[in-house]
Amino acid sequence: MRKRWHLNRVLLLLVAFTAFAVFVSACGDDEDDSGGSADSGNGGAVGLPEPNPDFFDQEEMDRQLAQRSIEPEDFGAGNDPWVQAIEPGELVDTSEYKKPGPWNICFSNAAVDNPWRQTGWTTMQAEVELHDDIANFEAVDAEASDEKQIADIRQLANSGDCDALIISPNTTQTLTPAVERACKTGIPVIVFDRGVNTDCPVTFIHPIGGYAFGADAAEFLVENVPDGGKILALRILPGVDVLETRFTGALEIWKDANIELVGNEFTDGDPAKTKQIVSDYIQREGGLDGIWMDAGATAVAAIEAFEDAGQEVPPITGEDQLDFLRKWAEDDLTAIAPVYSNFQWRTPIIAATRILSGEPVPKEWVLPQPAITEEQLDDVIAQNEGMPPLHYALCGCEDMPGYPERWQG
Amino acid sequence: MSTSAAPVPEGPSGVGEGAPSALARVLGVLRAIPVVWYLTIILWVWIAAINPLFAEPSGFLAYLKQAAPLAILAAGAFFVLASGEFDLSVGSLVTVCVVIAAAVSDGDPSKTVPVIALLFVIGLIVGLINGVVTTIFRVPSFITTLAMLLILDGAVWLYTSGSPKGALADNFREIGRMGIDVPVIEQLPYSVIILVAIGAFSVWLMRGHFGRQVLAVGDNDRAAALSGINVTRVRITAFVLSALSAVIAGILLGGFAGVTAQVGQGLEFEAITAAVLGGTVLGGGRGSVVNAMAGALALTALFSWLNLQGVSGALEDAVEGVIIIAAVAVASYRLREGS
Repeated sequence: MRKRWHLNRVLLLLVAFTAFAVFVSACGDDEDDSGGSADSGNGGAVGLPEPNPDFFDQEEMDRQLAQRSIEPEDFGAGNDPWVQAIEPGELVDTSEYKKPGPWNICFSNAAVDNPWRQTGWTTMQAEVELHDDIANFEAVDAEASDEKQIADIRQLANSGDCDALIISPNTTQTLTPAVERACKTGIPVIVFDRGVNTDCPVTFIHPIGGYAFGADAAEFLVENVPDGGKILALRILPGVDVLETRFTGALEIWKDANIELVGNEFTDGDPAKTKQIVSDYIQREGGLDGIWMDAGATAVAAIEAFEDAGQEVPPITGEDQLDFLRKWAEDDLTAIAPVYSNFQWRTPIIAATRILSGEPVPKEWVLPQPAITEEQLDDVIAQNEGMPPLHYALCGCEDMPGYPERWQG
Repeated sequence: MSTSAAPVPEGPSGVGEGAPSALARVLGVLRAIPVVWYLTIILWVWIAAINPLFAEPSGFLAYLKQAAPLAILAAGAFFVLASGEFDLSVGSLVTVCVVIAAAVSDGDPSKTVPVIALLFVIGLIVGLINGVVTTIFRVPSFITTLAMLLILDGAVWLYTSGSPKGALADNFREIGRMGIDVPVIEQLPYSVIILVAIGAFSVWLMRGHFGRQVLAVGDNDRAAALSGINVTRVRITAFVLSALSAVIAGILLGGFAGVTAQVGQGLEFEAITAAVLGGTVLGGGRGSVVNAMAGALALTALFSWLNLQGVSGALEDAVEGVIIIAAVAVASYRLREGS
């Protein structure tokens, strides 16, 4: 009796699993179908998903794609990449904020939880040392928490000790009211990196943006992947605007291209997961013709997946982290490294001193956003000799005090 | 670990009394095979159907290589679970191992051997602390190892601020990346060799004195103590085995993928899921280490399969949750029925 019961249970479990499996595979297929329908019309790319409407702003995307070919200019702050501006427009008159030094500059930082922010944060502290009229630099780390950053901003803005307040927001929506309140205290507010939905800050400093980043990488693949080639897109996380816009930008480029997007997968920024995903795709597709990445941190892991499978590494896009650049040079890969300009961490300090000196700044300070190509690769690597593998090559920090030890951790 | 070598589980034999018919005997044998093996084999066949490369030696070995760290962790988790405790600290210990190996060796191949020795010492210490705090200070292991997780995570955070320093030497990485070149199957990965060795060692442990003691302690520690078993020592040993499995998994994962500060994230739950999927009973006293490792093979196959279906990674966590609940539900149902 008991025997039969057990068999029934095993059977039940297997049936349940099979049902679940069929359900999941049905879901999976659905996705494929909806993706595949995109190619039926105009003979463009195969397998593209619809862009996520939450991160699709045609006007902003067109602007960014155009800005890629606009020469950055010296609007009066100098001609280094971190003080140039693209289409600075009419400058903001800051005479109302003019104040004799020495100044106290305050900074509410979203986080220092990844190598990009660490490199930038080190650079920013070095930038402070370059300015004798900054008496005090008070920085508070929100540790990637919106609540903490809201409290940090309120505390800094109300302390009365800040002559200018720099904010690198953790998230756009949630931090907007906090930034607005800070503006109301009358001290000049400078926002950089991620934006907020208000124009109350004196200046908003950022590189061109995510659409341009994604488009640079996508265009490179279109040029270097054979017709109808299979491209795998590797992404870190869904729902993060700076990353989502990169994918949207890539889709925009690909929609008229003759490529096949065989998948777009989230890696959580984990190299082991990245390697497994790429290995699975290599097996499933029998090989890949291109890898697109929304951020370079796991690019080396993706490359290793091809090596371990005994396959040639196809054209790949990464970022300006040195481990990837060195691997690219050593193995003579076909690659490009779009750059989410790390040197932007210098700019807010410079902006603060300009504003407190009554010198004009652009309302929206759009910094150059280069991409490292084959031609520049050797120079960039030579310049960064001895720097750690996770350092961002375009830190703009080479001539700063304490270089290179300070950035070597 | 070939497909045909499904182990006969420890426990009551499947052959009934009297003279069973041939059909009943076949059913008896089928019944004796734990559910996890059916699940694993179905997934293997299904994956092979979608992707024929999987059925070839190189494809299958690549899968085993992927599964090896989790299977080793599952073996470690098994000892702790079977003795009636939990170890939530293994994931963060994996991270600690990778981060320390990178920082200490900084890519210097001559330091690989001492670094590996250092990692084992660290694992030993962590396992001993977990065991001693749980048994002698009588802090529930759930709390002890949760605290250890937080301590190790915090230490990694303090040390790296999210961006690990240094690099792993090539010869360190070879352990998790490379293998021995063998004709026909191309390359036998070192991780698969290590996996098989640890599987054999674990089975040997479970067949011996220690194995019986672990199950006895997990089943009823008071009764075990009365019958002369040193419960404290058995449990401390289980924690040490678990921690050492994390060290080995860390060496393999660091080798496979390189340095990150999130390499071990969530592995403690994956290991427990695998063990539970393999029929290990939470609360202890029952289970088989081979089946726990099979649970890891099934779980890895499941993730691969989800990937092949085009299901994104976000769903993997949900699937893991469903599996934990389903596996525990089945196990407790079986327990109720069996008694």
